[in-house]
Amino acid sequence: MKRLALLIIIVLGVLLLRAAGDFPDWGDPSSPASTYLSPYYIENSLRDTEVPNFVTSILADYRGYDTMFETVVIFCAGITVLTILRHTHRKREKIILPRPQRQGSDLILQAAARLLVPPMQLFALYVVAHGHHSPGGGFQGGVILGASFILLALAYDLKTVLKRFKEKKILLCAGLGVLIYAGIGAFCLFLGRNFLAYAAWHKVLGTSEIMAHSHGMLGVEIGVAITVMAIMLSLYVDLASGGDLDEGL
Amino acid sequence: MNWDASLLWQFDILILIMVIICAVAALALKDLVSCAVISGAYSFLMCLLWTEMLAVDVAFTEAAVGAGVSTVLLLGTALHIRRKSKD
Repeated sequence: MKRLALLIIIVLGVLLLRAAGDFPDWGDPSSPASTYLSPYYIENSLRDTEVPNFVTSILADYRGYDTMFETVVIFCAGITVLTILRHTHRKREKIILPRPQRQGSDLILQAAARLLVPPMQLFALYVVAHGHHSPGGGFQGGVILGASFILLALAYDLKTVLKRFKEKKILLCAGLGVLIYAGIGAFCLFLGRNFLAYAAWHKVLGTSEIMAHSHGMLGVEIGVAITVMAIMLSLYVDLASGGDLDEGL
Repeated sequence: MNWDASLLWQFDILILIMVIICAVAALALKDLVSCAVISGAYSFLMCLLWTEMLAVDVAFTEAAVGAGVSTVLLLGTALHIRRKSKD
């Protein structure tokens, strides 16, 4: 069986390498990917949306609908892990092995975490808020924000984090982010434009239609960040404690 | 690959070799915790590669999600199941 698997992998690998030879070169200006749509985005993104980082403007504006459902996918993934692992009344099942006992608290780790967490959270907020001017955005900022809580949970223990950020609040945040995203989109409908057509917000914000795109993107990124942060934390909390939320790694 | 467009192709090749070593090591090792750590190293090398290709946004995401959080999640899972892989 193993021989067969090896053979299949070798054949597939050779085929893939052969196929990879037919791909356009990296950075080839005449490749199909950079001849139809990309030039439009590269040339017009700044004029359309007033956002210098056109990766963000494609992600959150031109393809805003995709990104909304990416956020929903992350939300669903978090909820799925939660429904599978989380249990309050049952006893721990046999698949999950008893963990080695925690060897007390580690002073060096805790001091390092205490020093690291505030700059991490500030940096995460910067990444979210500055995502349309520099690399970054809601996903990255949200992950860093979630990681800061995970770091606290690793250095101290799960209870310390869950005391500050209750499970109910985490799940509320997860839903809230998706709601902010969809709400910003749906509000455009009330203002008489299409779903997620941020230009509609200019009446409310009192800015030009182009700036409204930029502000709409910021709002959407904040929604994404809140969901991603909450889901990352929820994933860690459930995976590290096997669904008991009693102690972490 | 269009090597002239690359910033430093020697660096590229070095990273690519290390990526392959990491990928093979992650598959070959039996200890799942080591696999999780190596997959974190793999993500970080990929992050370097993305930066080298000037895809800074992708590199940022890879560093935050791939090398950061997913390593922790894999570790957390590996510690809870049987630590040794059978095959």
